[in-house]
Amino acid sequence: MSDTIVLHGRAIVGGIAEGEALVTKETISGWGGINSMTGTVIEMRHELRGVSFKDKILVFPGAKGSSGWSAAFHTARLAKTAPKAMVFTTMTTKIALGAVVMRIPSITELDGDPLALIETGDWVKVDGDRGIVEVTKRAKRAAAPEKIAATA
Amino acid sequence: MNLTDDEKAMLDGHDGAAKRKAMELLVRYSEALGAERFVDTNNVAGVPGSSTLFLKNYYKDHNGGNYEAIFSLFDLDSDEVVPVPKVSAYSCHLQGGMDPNEWATMGQTKEAFEHFQEDEAQVADHGIQIMKTCTPYLAGNVPVKGEHCAWMESSAVVFCNSVIGGRTNTEGRESTSAAMLTGKIPDWGFHRDEFRHGTHAIEVEVPIETVQDWGMLGYFVGGAVEENIPVISGVTYQPNLVRHKHFGAAAASSGGVELYHMVGITPEAPSREIAFGPRNPVETIKYGAAERRKIYDNLNSIGTSTDVDFVMLGCPHYSIEQIWEAARLLDGKKLSPNTKLWIFTSRSVKSMADTNGYTKAIRDAGGLLLTDTCSAISQAIPKGTKVVALDSAKQTHYLPAFMGIEAWFGTTKECVDAAVTGHWRGELR
Repeated sequence: MSDTIVLHGRAIVGGIAEGEALVTKETISGWGGINSMTGTVIEMRHELRGVSFKDKILVFPGAKGSSGWSAAFHTARLAKTAPKAMVFTTMTTKIALGAVVMRIPSITELDGDPLALIETGDWVKVDGDRGIVEVTKRAKRAAAPEKIAATA
Repeated sequence: MNLTDDEKAMLDGHDGAAKRKAMELLVRYSEALGAERFVDTNNVAGVPGSSTLFLKNYYKDHNGGNYEAIFSLFDLDSDEVVPVPKVSAYSCHLQGGMDPNEWATMGQTKEAFEHFQEDEAQVADHGIQIMKTCTPYLAGNVPVKGEHCAWMESSAVVFCNSVIGGRTNTEGRESTSAAMLTGKIPDWGFHRDEFRHGTHAIEVEVPIETVQDWGMLGYFVGGAVEENIPVISGVTYQPNLVRHKHFGAAAASSGGVELYHMVGITPEAPSREIAFGPRNPVETIKYGAAERRKIYDNLNSIGTSTDVDFVMLGCPHYSIEQIWEAARLLDGKKLSPNTKLWIFTSRSVKSMADTNGYTKAIRDAGGLLLTDTCSAISQAIPKGTKVVALDSAKQTHYLPAFMGIEAWFGTTKECVDAAVTGHWRGELR
């Protein structure tokens, strides 16, 4: 048993980032679904309503809603409220363009279901140059704090 | 990616720095999608270079945050400001900003209005048509079947793909601005035949007749299929343009529907078999009386007070037929002193309403016919609004979340009644 889960996928934007995962099984709207200034989800009835994605590794199915998706997340980048990286399962023009203009490492088409394997609070490293997602489970992190300190 | 000679030339900077930046962005975007080539487009709809005061302020150290700076740094995601030439592709500017005459009523400042005017002059100067609407297809830009477009505005995209049989993905601001300069967009998704077949079957078991009914069905379908392609059968009533407009807008906001097929009605669905092509439906979903009731209750779950102080119509922008209907419903009536009525449309449709006397009729009753935007886009509602009444499922989806107000969803007639009486008396019929 290794301490981490490693997933391989297709990187759509390069770069390397790591941080705490924020996971939702619900797609996210950009314009009208988030507040770019605060980096929070505002959509009524969304399970993440009021939750901030700032500096998180956002793990979700992908984008929905308005064509203002890229501009809303692009504005979040300028306002310094964007996620650090994205891991997602469904490719759309909204998320592809959004990832490109947010300039954050983003990976899709993984060899395991990230929505099932990653939980909020897990430590996730996204290598957008090699298409690798490395997950350290929260329980393991609690058991081995020195390892977290080493990777953070 | 396979690039043609003209694309390579643009990427190499032969056609100027802005086209080079635009091609660089489009290549990054295409590679993210996994597209292998571009398709030529000569019908682009976006919001080029338009800026909020946040963006203008953010880029103030670059040419004072002028149009060229925002177009370069934000729209083209460039790290340097480049001279922006006139557009090459036929392009139009969608909704945004404020009504050019009633901006003060909409709570906008003089500073914001002057900034809006400067932006608009720049847009026109770059050869982009000032349509200022979410319904370009009602304001003079009607694609034809098979035409490759690059459109923003989810409700216009779904109309273009589904009702007309045009071909566009839901593009974003950056990709449309780049397409305006280059006439290129990734050959991916809805530009390709194999992508356009249905994925989910929707079996409609109740009569769908009114605009409200079509809005509710759309809201249900979007929630049920998310970003997939529904094939709707069991529709016994021929929907007109307004019904398609409300259906598609709702489906695109509760989910991400960019193309739907209606068997026997839309151009790529002469039969169920043709609509699905080689695919088998991954799921068959029923829409009956119980589902209809649930959607209605869902859309009306954010209202408790029946004292309505604001009624907003025109999402998506009203057609002349809808303005005519609103004017007739208001005939001989006056709005409640506690209630405001704003109806939104395009400048082009409003000029017809002016000529026909509808603008005056609405104003005489105490309401306003406004253009360019809507309450959700501009985040503009009358001061002190607590409860709004709406006839659009899409606006009901967005406006309360943006403004922190309560909302009622009903028919146009119920909304006009609320404007006149100041009370919500809507119910599901």
